Amino acid sequence: MSEARYAVGIDLGTTHCVMAAVDLIASDRDEVVEGIEAIPQLTAPGSVEERTLLPSFLYLPHPDELRAEDRILPWGEPQPFVVGELARAMGGRTPIRLVASAKSWLCHPGVDRRAAILPVEAPEEVARVSPLQASMRYLEHLRAAWDDRHPDAPLADQDVVLTVPASFDPAARELTAEAAAAAGLSHLVLLEEPQAALYHWILASQGGWRKQVRVGDIILVIDLGGGTADFSLIAVTERDGSLELVRVAVGDHILLGGDNMDLALAHAVRAKLAEQGVQLDPWQLQALTHGCRAAKETLLGDATVETVPVVVPSRGSRLIGGTLRTELTRAEVTQNLVEGFFPVVAAAARPASRARAALTKIGLPYAQDAAMTRHLAAFLGRQVGATRDLEGFAGRLPEAATFLHPTAVLFNGGVFKAPSLLARTLEVLNGWLQDEHAPPARLLEGADLDLAVARGAAYYGYVRRGRGVRIRGGTARAYYVGVESAMPAVPGMEPPIEALCIAPFGMEEGTSAALPPQEVGLVVGEPVRFRFFGSSVRRADHVGTVLERWMPDEVEELEEIEATLPTEERQSGEVVPVRLHAAVTEVGTLRLEAVPRIGTETWKVEFDVRGEG
Amino acid sequence: MSDSSRSFFARLILALRAFNRTLRDRAFADGVARLEQGELPERAAAVAVAEAKPPLREPPPDSALQLLALLQREGRLIDFLEENVGAYSDAEIGGAARVVHEGCHKVLHEYLRLEPARTEAEGARLTLAAGFDAATVRLTGNVVGQPPFTGTLMHRGWRVTEIKLPKLAEGHDVRVLAPAEVEL
Repeated sequence: MSEARYAVGIDLGTTHCVMAAVDLIASDRDEVVEGIEAIPQLTAPGSVEERTLLPSFLYLPHPDELRAEDRILPWGEPQPFVVGELARAMGGRTPIRLVASAKSWLCHPGVDRRAAILPVEAPEEVARVSPLQASMRYLEHLRAAWDDRHPDAPLADQDVVLTVPASFDPAARELTAEAAAAAGLSHLVLLEEPQAALYHWILASQGGWRKQVRVGDIILVIDLGGGTADFSLIAVTERDGSLELVRVAVGDHILLGGDNMDLALAHAVRAKLAEQGVQLDPWQLQALTHGCRAAKETLLGDATVETVPVVVPSRGSRLIGGTLRTELTRAEVTQNLVEGFFPVVAAAARPASRARAALTKIGLPYAQDAAMTRHLAAFLGRQVGATRDLEGFAGRLPEAATFLHPTAVLFNGGVFKAPSLLARTLEVLNGWLQDEHAPPARLLEGADLDLAVARGAAYYGYVRRGRGVRIRGGTARAYYVGVESAMPAVPGMEPPIEALCIAPFGMEEGTSAALPPQEVGLVVGEPVRFRFFGSSVRRADHVGTVLERWMPDEVEELEEIEATLPTEERQSGEVVPVRLHAAVTEVGTLRLEAVPRIGTETWKVEFDVRGEG
Repeated sequence: MSDSSRSFFARLILALRAFNRTLRDRAFADGVARLEQGELPERAAAVAVAEAKPPLREPPPDSALQLLALLQREGRLIDFLEENVGAYSDAEIGGAARVVHEGCHKVLHEYLRLEPARTEAEGARLTLAAGFDAATVRLTGNVVGQPPFTGTLMHRGWRVTEIKLPKLAEGHDVRVLAPAEVEL
């Protein structure tokens, strides 16, 4: 193994990927030599350009659709698929062959993530891919792009930090790590995206961050990307006289992002056109969405503009005759975006929840409630006790507080390029704080909304080598397996289930949990499944804690886990008592093992990602 | 220091002539380069220089076609120019012009780095010293006498400082500016 020359950060986003690198040899303490890596990609058939963003789209062309020479990249043989800008452009015209939002599918518990299911709408003859394969394709492209530019320092030999949403469950993290391993990234660690954004803020401050925060601060990171909303809380503490950062809480997985906002505007304008008797085809709707995005940015960026024209070009060559012209007004943007996604609500507001109904139709589980501010209120309310046991934080939060009071906010994600959306979010938050007589939260400046996550990830790869402050915190959930209660069975009723804690909150990378005293039975030669739970609020539970009941908001059911004992040296059907052992790998994934009472061998317990649960 | 007997003005005129011809005539420029490096040209070589045809090159059409394809793809420029604008009202043309303007502007700024040839405001008076670059500044009107010339800047001019077009695959047919689209 050769020594890494670079720490490479990869933001594998829902809508686009970014890659950044820190030169480990040239950097020294706060003098960090870093930058964004350009990604060559097809932008038109036969035409390759370097871009900073690689759109996370995979297009599966018909064999007669694109000549092999028009798919050629600066490296190697043409592939039978297209990734990036051209994939997005072709998918706009032929959506049945386009794979989009692979990352959201990767954490969709209702589907088999290893099965070739994408694109969902594709006809029979299209060779579909799995969400895992699609993620692999993007990583392979990034790896090839890197290796092409750095022939002396192949990516497989570099320290790679791959970001995942803080809300990703253990199964989705493991799938992400699996995709990276399959793409040949061997020195890998995972990092939560909001943490990466904060690392970027530290990097951008060039050592000045220590003057901008103080002990007792609670930093709220709001990361609103193209497809997901992700919240994290990071506390500023002190150890041995120097400032420390501890990530104390992460939010739930919310499929709600900038793309939903642009689409909402486009539908509003389409409805307006429909009133005038104009119907749009899907191609025109896409052009309209594009136009609305640009118009929205103008309206939200300049308070003096009242209307912005939006034109939808004709599809045929008659441009002047066939072009539709409409306009987007400030009132429409305010009503649809500001009031629709960022309404002024009380701190006690909660999002309308999705009923846990059977998944009758395959599709992504988008957030039922589009109001970001309600999701934020729910997050801060649920995490009111996040700093209760943190050293130095006792008594900082008033007894009567109904939500955790952040003292500073860092915004990330393309949505906040619109200053008024950022201002609205801050206004709502500060309104809640004022109602509880708390000082307003400060805005942490210096964000680089599209590129911060990749750059922060690369910087994390650098500080991991002991050359800067690290955010501590470990796992953001405690994990439990469901065991049948010892209560006498009541005929006709499912036996009540108890949750046995096997991994406590805050496990650091590369550490193991204790073995629980309780045993469970595994049947030799048969897969045995257990219900699996996580809690982002139960910080005090330790290994072996048994919960007999819990509040619905407190413990969340995850996908089942499954263990199969091989039949060697044992009789099929025999029941072997085992204890379930949890560890967090160096990569940052949760590993579960079944440890029998006697003997030294252990068996891996798998996350069930087949979506049957 | 030169010990030549030529006067300063004679040398100046020679320098300007040599300057102009060096720019226009490649072979001559090669000779000047050799002279400047201390080589004395042989007589035969000098004759060859004198007999060389003024070289006019034919630029390869690829990048022109590539740029046109980009302007069409992003800004529908060819659709727009090939349409009969006489048949439409100004409002209709204006709507389409937004598409063209937005897209072509994007192409112009994505693939080229542009800057004005002169940084002064248009309408400003400026003076051109002897030896100004006639390719960057064009003199118009009452063009007589010797530099320095003083005049009014009518147009700032444009200059490309950087051009970066997409790389093309071998065998990619640049003559297809926009493929026909057939929806199945």
